Amino acid sequence: MTMRIRVNPIACEAHGVCAEVLPEWIELDEWGYPILDGEELPAQLLAHARRAAKACPTLAIVLSGE
Amino acid sequence: MTQAPSVTWPRRLLASVGADDDQYAVHLDTWGALPDVSGAAIVEAVEASGLLGRGGAGFPTGRKMRTVAAGASRRPVVVANGAEGEPASGKDVLLLGRAPHLVLDGIQLAARAIGADEAHLAIHRGSPVAGVVRAALARRTATDTVRLRLHEIPSRYVASEESALVHYLNGGEAKPTFTPPRPFEQGVARRPTLVNNVETLAHVGVIARRGAKWFREVGDADEPGTLLVTVSADGVTRRVAEVPTGTTIGAVADRAEVGRDGATAVLVGGYFGSWLPAAYAWQLPLTHRAMRSAGAALGAGVVAILPPASCGVAETARVLGYLAAHNAGQCGPCLNGLPAIADALRRLASGAWDERWWPALERWLAVVPGRGACRHPDGAVRFASTALSVFAEDIASHRSGRPCPAASSSAWLPVPRPPDGWR
Repeated sequence: MTMRIRVNPIACEAHGVCAEVLPEWIELDEWGYPILDGEELPAQLLAHARRAAKACPTLAIVLSGE
Repeated sequence: MTQAPSVTWPRRLLASVGADDDQYAVHLDTWGALPDVSGAAIVEAVEASGLLGRGGAGFPTGRKMRTVAAGASRRPVVVANGAEGEPASGKDVLLLGRAPHLVLDGIQLAARAIGADEAHLAIHRGSPVAGVVRAALARRTATDTVRLRLHEIPSRYVASEESALVHYLNGGEAKPTFTPPRPFEQGVARRPTLVNNVETLAHVGVIARRGAKWFREVGDADEPGTLLVTVSADGVTRRVAEVPTGTTIGAVADRAEVGRDGATAVLVGGYFGSWLPAAYAWQLPLTHRAMRSAGAALGAGVVAILPPASCGVAETARVLGYLAAHNAGQCGPCLNGLPAIADALRRLASGAWDERWWPALERWLAVVPGRGACRHPDGAVRFASTALSVFAEDIASHRSGRPCPAASSSAWLPVPRPPDGWR
């Protein structure tokens, strides 16, 4: 199953937790908002991606494809 | 029509424009009463006509109708979008003001096509056509079968984006929402919702009467029919012309009888559109296909010819400032990125430039698009990026410390201030 990770840009408040938990995949722009390219998530990052989604204070990280 | 200036310029949507004594009588005289055709026949005719939406995205209208009708476990809703967000566009206001009954016919027919029993028409609050539309509706109470409500929404750029419009009609603010679901899946009152531009609906009104074959008799083979284009030039002149799709931009300008001598650049598609070098633009046909291959977008049919005395960089800076002020304030990259880009462009044009801004500007243009809930940042960045390439010579000169002499006096493209509030 292919997995993708998105951010709900309306919910996102630039806490930056996602980039701390998943630095291999998420970088922040100069204002602190995550940059996600929408590419398919490698299987070995899946567990980290789930943690990033759970850790987001505004629940703005959306995993899809499950 | 005897008053048509030339046989090569068909008047369809604007066929009944001209005699203002009794719009409804002129409309009935031109087009006849609402045709007695089934919903299925309307969908079929619209599909066969090849009509593409005239609001900007150019999605096939027939396919959209079929999708909404097919997914309908609940009764669908029609939303007619007449809230013309593009400040440089005037075609929807002209159409609603001069041929409202063709639009209202289209709404009734679209509702019949998808099995809707409820329809909404959105225009801007304080719109000059509100009175005309109300008067037109009052004339039709005996014939219209689907209840239509007229809404005056805040005149903000993003308020007429379809998810924002649906959110507003559901009682919220006129701000875009995070999707999916898209309105065609779940829109007004959570029902499947067909959102169409008013020009698109007027074409539906015509197609249901004259048929797909007739519709395809003019225009481009793949994107047939006529198109309303708003042409601006020389700072004051703004005209709406109905032209066959595929007409070149140069021919459109001549059709609208606006001057184009000495022009160096043309804005096509509106504020989410693109600057093009004038000599190139004149040859370019107005189709989605041709615009895409030119790296541009047809949008809602805006053609704005930069007056020779204006500064394209300063105009772009003003428009970016406008788009920044009109962002919904919801998504960080847009909320922060657009003012930053606007500020850099303003400095570039005005001479308050520092070369250290250049890498930042390039970074913002690369990093901001694709990261909003709606396409606002994408469109704004496209517009700004095309300015950097089309006005490259001016920009090189501005970067080396020569501000544009026209920068301070430049105020050509309209940039209305946003109203208070989102309801």
